[in-house]
Amino acid sequence: MSEPPLPPIGMLAELTHRCPLQCPYCSNPLELLKANRELDTQSWLDLFSQAADLGVLQVHLSGGEPTLRRDLEQLIAGLSARGVYTNLITAGVGIADGRIEAFAEAGLDHLQLSFQGARPATTERIGNHRGSHEKKLETARRARAAGLPLTINAPIHRHNIEEVPEFIDLALSLDAERLEIANVQYAGWALTNRDQLMPERAAVDRHAEIVAAARERLTGIMNIDFVTPDYFAIYPKPCMGGWARDAFMVTPDGTVLPCHAAQTIPSLSFERFGPRSLAAIWTVSPAFNAFRGTDWMQEPCRNCERREIDWGGCRCQAMAIAGDAAATDPACAKSPIHARMAMLIDEAQRAATVPSKDELFVYRRIGVVTEPA
Amino acid sequence: MALRGRAMVSPQSVPSLPKHVRIQYDPVRQAFAVLSPEKVFWPNDISLDILRRCDGRSTVGHIIAGLAADYDAEQEAVAADVIAFLQEWSDKLLVKL
Repeated sequence: MSEPPLPPIGMLAELTHRCPLQCPYCSNPLELLKANRELDTQSWLDLFSQAADLGVLQVHLSGGEPTLRRDLEQLIAGLSARGVYTNLITAGVGIADGRIEAFAEAGLDHLQLSFQGARPATTERIGNHRGSHEKKLETARRARAAGLPLTINAPIHRHNIEEVPEFIDLALSLDAERLEIANVQYAGWALTNRDQLMPERAAVDRHAEIVAAARERLTGIMNIDFVTPDYFAIYPKPCMGGWARDAFMVTPDGTVLPCHAAQTIPSLSFERFGPRSLAAIWTVSPAFNAFRGTDWMQEPCRNCERREIDWGGCRCQAMAIAGDAAATDPACAKSPIHARMAMLIDEAQRAATVPSKDELFVYRRIGVVTEPA
Repeated sequence: MALRGRAMVSPQSVPSLPKHVRIQYDPVRQAFAVLSPEKVFWPNDISLDILRRCDGRSTVGHIIAGLAADYDAEQEAVAADVIAFLQEWSDKLLVKL
């Protein structure tokens, strides 16, 4: 590295891998950690304190389902005491009475609630959890009643892309400030289920138009963030805003990663908080420096005018599709293997029309997959 | 369905920061940050000055007069800038009118 890294702004804390839902596109790794591997309360509080010292201003409390941590109120209070902005990312299923109010009381700034479908049947089928839709509606109501601002998160794929207009109405009816129409990213479980999840090209075009029109119509009423489907893209996403540039994430056992899927890059090894300080991991660990900045880039990234816009795109997608974590993200039209993305879309369409044997998806469960696929 | 409507800035508007937005001094970067659900903004001195006056008591007209006096500038020029700024922030739901 030519220059010392800037301090991180954001941190995603995966407090647990436990979850009542089994979404087939979960961003957790295929090898899920059991409860006995989770950091204890004091370790999380120490980590949050070091993060605040280092410059972290926002912490996203996620999982799995973070509300399964009985100490969540304490963790929120710890962050709040340091002035860190807290965002709870929840599936909103099975949260005990009084807890949402307690989170607000502890200083929670914002709540993000996922909906797998805009219709109850879709939500239940995707999360493989009966009654989940009604519970989510109740969580949204309780969050608003507790004065918490609300974002609705809608992960989009083949089986709910036609529900986008209904997602917009749902978010408005729940008094959300923000809606995320987030096309599924094909890493981890979503990569395993890619053929079943990949939407059709015509549906992608239609829903992009619907979202664009709604954004215009709802200016000043509700913000709609759109995570584009990158198999259909021309340019890649600046994954995490650039590798180890201003954000990082932590797994339930305290392993600090530059992004969700970083552990799929076999040449890298990642360190755990505890044995090492967060500052040391952020600044000097080889894994964090591997793709930081632009020095690591090959052509066509190296001389691309967009190199500090896209930061080469997603390293894990380069690994998964190009077989080289330092390659240009194949989502980029300038990638020599960009055409493979279109082939994968077509392959998925063919595979999706073949009737499936028993279950439509490989549902996310602990122990289903023990080796990375 | 849509119970809310788009708010338009007028001299009578009384802007404030919504609950999910806050201004905070960051000792690491030695700058004021505006924290919101997904984004952190780094406003310049003038933007910060406008946002700080969004206290839920002062009207836009009052804010403009105050800024014009403090910066020794023409009210009309200040008014156009302040109204455009607040409309943009209101449209992003970062300022409440």
